[in-house]
Amino acid sequence: MIKTDILIIGAGPTGLFAVFEAGLLQLKCHLIDALPQAGGQCSEIYPKKPIYDIPGFPEVLAGDLVDNLMEQIKAFQPGFTLGERAETIEKQEDGSFIVTTNKGTKHHAPIVAIAGGLGSFEPRKPLLENLSKFEDNGVAYMIKDPEVYRNKKVVIAGGGDSALDWSIFLADVAAEVTLVHRRNEFRGALDSVEKVQQLKNAGKINLITPAEIVGLKGGDTLTAVEIKKTGEEENIVLEVDNFIALFGLSPKLGPIADWGLEIEKNAIKVNNALDYQTNIPGIYAIGDVNTYPGKLKLILCGFHEATLMCQSAYQKIYPDKKYVMKYTTVGGVSGFDGTKKEAPKAVVKAIE
Amino acid sequence: MSDIKLKITDREGVLHEVDAPTDMNMNLMEVVRSYELAPEGTIGICGGMAMCASCQCYVKSDHELPEMSDDEDAMLAEAFNVEDNSRLGCQIHMTPDLDGLEVELAPES
Repeated sequence: MIKTDILIIGAGPTGLFAVFEAGLLQLKCHLIDALPQAGGQCSEIYPKKPIYDIPGFPEVLAGDLVDNLMEQIKAFQPGFTLGERAETIEKQEDGSFIVTTNKGTKHHAPIVAIAGGLGSFEPRKPLLENLSKFEDNGVAYMIKDPEVYRNKKVVIAGGGDSALDWSIFLADVAAEVTLVHRRNEFRGALDSVEKVQQLKNAGKINLITPAEIVGLKGGDTLTAVEIKKTGEEENIVLEVDNFIALFGLSPKLGPIADWGLEIEKNAIKVNNALDYQTNIPGIYAIGDVNTYPGKLKLILCGFHEATLMCQSAYQKIYPDKKYVMKYTTVGGVSGFDGTKKEAPKAVVKAIE
Repeated sequence: MSDIKLKITDREGVLHEVDAPTDMNMNLMEVVRSYELAPEGTIGICGGMAMCASCQCYVKSDHELPEMSDDEDAMLAEAFNVEDNSRLGCQIHMTPDLDGLEVELAPES
């Protein structure tokens, strides 16, 4: 069981900055995120896009903003449960919460802050008959263990980086790799595109474009896919053991929607007059995942919400303690790792 | 202030006739959101960067639209329910010559 003061669900910019504000109050944080890396949308969707409305940064790449936030919170030693989705929440008798992920990891904290953005990123599934029947029986949307495909006949669908990269990787592992994409053009890193071209020329990747997988065949497990090549009358039936559909990810609010929180417009209603708490005391919602009159889904608003949430969380955890907000220019930053950052002291010395 | 009229069929098949400003740097996805013709969180997920296809729509009228960027083209190549008249709403900016534009929102995916 992982124990912490504030359990943050969602490791996007808002969740990461909450670690800093909590750290100033000597509160420890642990973050859960369904993605395998921190940064949320900034890392997953647009790491190379510039952002122009972070105060004090005339221009910053989304990926760099995440790197900076990770550096800023390093001294507060946040814990991470990555690649797992927060699934259930149970309120304990003492008012604290146990949050369990889809992989069974349990987290215990007096405060839960949901910073889940638009929700957890789930793979986008093609619209095919019998698709759910073959899930885990030959059809997959992400590759967890490439060894599963050793000496298997594999067909990959998609036109982005993950389709290219996995085709390259599996060319050496699988018995046969076929890559199917709706266009002749691929959107990916240039060297990946060139590498696939080489492997195609060498006969190690079978490329079918412009084409689409339109049918799945098999009994209990997948045995073949039906491929429609644009402009051709007859569909190709390709015998395969595995079909990996790599069409990117799309966010879904997911299990959080069933936690008894008040939901409006796919977002969690919070008290914005005070502390961004939800209808369940002890559970807060900050950043893009919340809603209130006048809400703006901006990173800079998430930072503000995270800051007020931490003050409220502190009062909840230590109801009897008096606390006065301190400027970092005055109090410096004392990390849990023993580091201390502070303004250099002015020298008081007579000049003779 | 110059408004144009648009006919937008939502995902339930309901037709909406709406006014869209041409002087506020808005795109079709933002017009749809401003009138709440699709639930928040189901459209414009990436914010308008042509990176999610949640604002895909079918263009029903024969207006001349701005040419597709490589980004939009590539995104539509990976999206679902794509037809020949598919476009991403976030890439269609409201200009006076789009007066009378008719579109239908593609299913959520």
